[in-house]
Amino acid sequence: MIGYIVRRLFSTVIVMAVVAFVVFSLLYLTPGDPAAIIAGDIATDEDIRRIHARLGLDDPFLVQFGRWVWSLAHGDLGTSIFTNLPVTQLIGQRIEPTVSLTLCTLVVSILVAVPLGVTAAAKAGGWLDRGVMAFSVLGFSVPVFVFAYILILTFSVELDWLPVQGYRTFHDGVWQWLRHLILPSVALGTVYVALITRMTRASMLDVLAQDYVRTAEAKGLAPEQVLIGHALKNAAIPVVTIIGVGVALLISGAIVTETVFALPGIGRLTVDAILRRDYPIIQGVTLIFSAVYVLVNLAVDLSYVLFDPRIRLT
Amino acid sequence: MTRRAFPLRFMAAAMCAVTLGVVAGTPSAMAQGQKVLKFIPQADLRIIDPITTTAYITRNHGYMIYDTLFATDAKFQVQPQMVDKFEISKDRLTYTFTLRDGLKFHDGTPVRSADCIASVERWSKRDALGQKMAESTEAWTAVNDKTFTLKLKKPFPLALEALAKPSSNVPFIMPERIAKTDPSTNITEPIGSGPFKFVKAEWVPGSKVVYVKNTDYVPRKEPPSWAAGGKVVKVDRVEWIYIPDSATAAAALNAGEVDWWEQMPPDLIPVLAKNKDVKVENIDPLGSMGLLRFNFMYPPFNNQKMRQAVLYALDQNDYVLGIAGSQKNGHPCYSFFTCGTPLSSEVGAEPLKGKRDFEKAKQLIKEAGYKGEKIVIIDATDQPIVHSQSLLTAEMLRKLGLNVDLQAGDWGTLITRRSSKEPIDKGGWSIFHTWLVGPDVTSPALNFAIRGSGQKAWFGWPDDPKIEELRDAWFAATDAAASKKAAEAVQMRAFDFVPYVPTAQFILPTAYRTNLSGLIIAPITLMWNVEKK
Repeated sequence: MIGYIVRRLFSTVIVMAVVAFVVFSLLYLTPGDPAAIIAGDIATDEDIRRIHARLGLDDPFLVQFGRWVWSLAHGDLGTSIFTNLPVTQLIGQRIEPTVSLTLCTLVVSILVAVPLGVTAAAKAGGWLDRGVMAFSVLGFSVPVFVFAYILILTFSVELDWLPVQGYRTFHDGVWQWLRHLILPSVALGTVYVALITRMTRASMLDVLAQDYVRTAEAKGLAPEQVLIGHALKNAAIPVVTIIGVGVALLISGAIVTETVFALPGIGRLTVDAILRRDYPIIQGVTLIFSAVYVLVNLAVDLSYVLFDPRIRLT
Repeated sequence: MTRRAFPLRFMAAAMCAVTLGVVAGTPSAMAQGQKVLKFIPQADLRIIDPITTTAYITRNHGYMIYDTLFATDAKFQVQPQMVDKFEISKDRLTYTFTLRDGLKFHDGTPVRSADCIASVERWSKRDALGQKMAESTEAWTAVNDKTFTLKLKKPFPLALEALAKPSSNVPFIMPERIAKTDPSTNITEPIGSGPFKFVKAEWVPGSKVVYVKNTDYVPRKEPPSWAAGGKVVKVDRVEWIYIPDSATAAAALNAGEVDWWEQMPPDLIPVLAKNKDVKVENIDPLGSMGLLRFNFMYPPFNNQKMRQAVLYALDQNDYVLGIAGSQKNGHPCYSFFTCGTPLSSEVGAEPLKGKRDFEKAKQLIKEAGYKGEKIVIIDATDQPIVHSQSLLTAEMLRKLGLNVDLQAGDWGTLITRRSSKEPIDKGGWSIFHTWLVGPDVTSPALNFAIRGSGQKAWFGWPDDPKIEELRDAWFAATDAAASKKAAEAVQMRAFDFVPYVPTAQFILPTAYRTNLSGLIIAPITLMWNVEKK
């Protein structure tokens, strides 16, 4: 097991190196020039050339890439071309809202979706099952931003219960922190609830048809014990897998959610950086996203052992 | 740990991690018992150096934390600001300036002559009007810490106007050690002597900028008028909260989470008009000017008749509606200089005014020998003002029977592509649209798009020695009448040569909660004198 983890962590480094190279190459090839954006609308060719030279954007690809890798090897993700602030500081400023949003969404989604999926499977074919499935189709169909606007209009503008936008840190109080996360988490979580609900239901239906479930029922266990203790545990692996995949979905969904709710998170940092071609930020964020994604998948793989003792990771 | 207990413990650990993470986060910025003005700016503040960039958001940031030697008032008159008194020698070659008492930078050091000289010199290396003044400058000299002189080689009648330039780049005064920074390198220390102090520790680029009142600032006694007069700050703290989504911004203002939204899209006016606690107003007397820019390097718009054909076909009323949504927030402006300012006129504007003459336009296209060359319009769909103009232009050119290729992208791509001097088939372009704020287009000195300096000119690179000659003649004008006449000559030539086509004058309204008062009517957003009840 330890050997497996070490090997996976090593492969993470390789994946990140490949991602770094690909991202750097893509950015090099993508049209767009930060020097032109820095100089502003009134700039002349000469202004742009001067800024270009100062930023080292005239250097050959390999020189620029080598310079970046050298900084990276020293733990330096670089400096934003526009704000002159270190990329690590910018990411540090933005990580808390995104982590808060992602975890809140994850927790809310799991707490809602797993019981819904289990209930739908237990009552398969009934009105409850159909209602849950209709809800999940709706969750997939309605774009996050549409749902977000409906939530804002209802709960912020009309009822004045929750804030429209912004973020408060934990320092500002747990309730303030939570208040600013409720609507974004619900908006972002809808797709996720739909996804996990469907997966849980399908997986549970598979398991409920197994012999050992019939045996458990035959030996007189209560239906809840059969569902939770036997069926759900065995249906967990696909569900956990989809939760892992869903983290990537959450990261991309967070970009829209953070924009609509004006949350100063990593998603917005990324979009802003892309729009203005702030290469060091794009490279830094992409590296971190790839690391998170690979590590989440590792965690998911490790969790299989916990749910199914027959699985051996070697 | 048992397997059964794992999920619960994992969740608990995750929650603890979040809690620890947030506790270790940034310190609270909540202001207790203070008057906090919450403001949604037009754009995100990314660059804090108002000299390296001409971005308007950075200019507005500059007005928050810096002060200027002179400023232009609502009557277009130059008024002293940091300067207490000044003298101009009889031969108009020597200007002597004396600073006001009590001027201090935010780091506590006094403002000295050396700071002013270094700041103006840095500015004059970047700004077009500053460069023009530098051509006539022999030396800036500090007489003592409060008095300094400008010695000219030849008279430059616009010297004070240059120092009072209201829009980008504004000659803001910084400490000498900061102003010595190379003019192409962004400064990193935002220290000025203006009415607000920048709180760098609370700056979250892309989200929030925080300023606090500079309690050491000594305002002038005169009432505020544009950037001139007393800069009396009536709130303790200003937070610029950048909300990229306009629907969210409208909802935040409606719900009272913010006090003021600098520029709102006209289509949201009805949403806010229903709220009696919100006022929607036009506080910008000059508005902005839309423009259509040609590429002069390649066919077909390297041909003057092709450009003139566009003048006869383009209907500014369409562009007003496209950009501003209604005639309430815009109007046609048949002038190369901002309508409503002293040098604006309709001299030579006949081809652009009145009923549109498509037959005449087609005749000119025929005379130009147009051979069906592809016309590439580069569009930025994330900028509604650019996008609406691009769509209208594409439609208008198609009606003229031209071969149009409207290429959509984002603003970042547009401003990169427009610097390309490649031919059309190698990624080049024929037309792009943008807009300039009114104060940037009030005279031949400021209107850079009108220039015909060839490869040194703005994107599109028109080459017209005649217009440059007329512009130089305007600089030499010594009184208002001569200046007006010289500006008319420039405009006459511009309507013949057509360096660009003015498309509309429009105003993006501002919206604010009714508990605010004292907003300064000006073509730039200024935050002193604003009171919050």
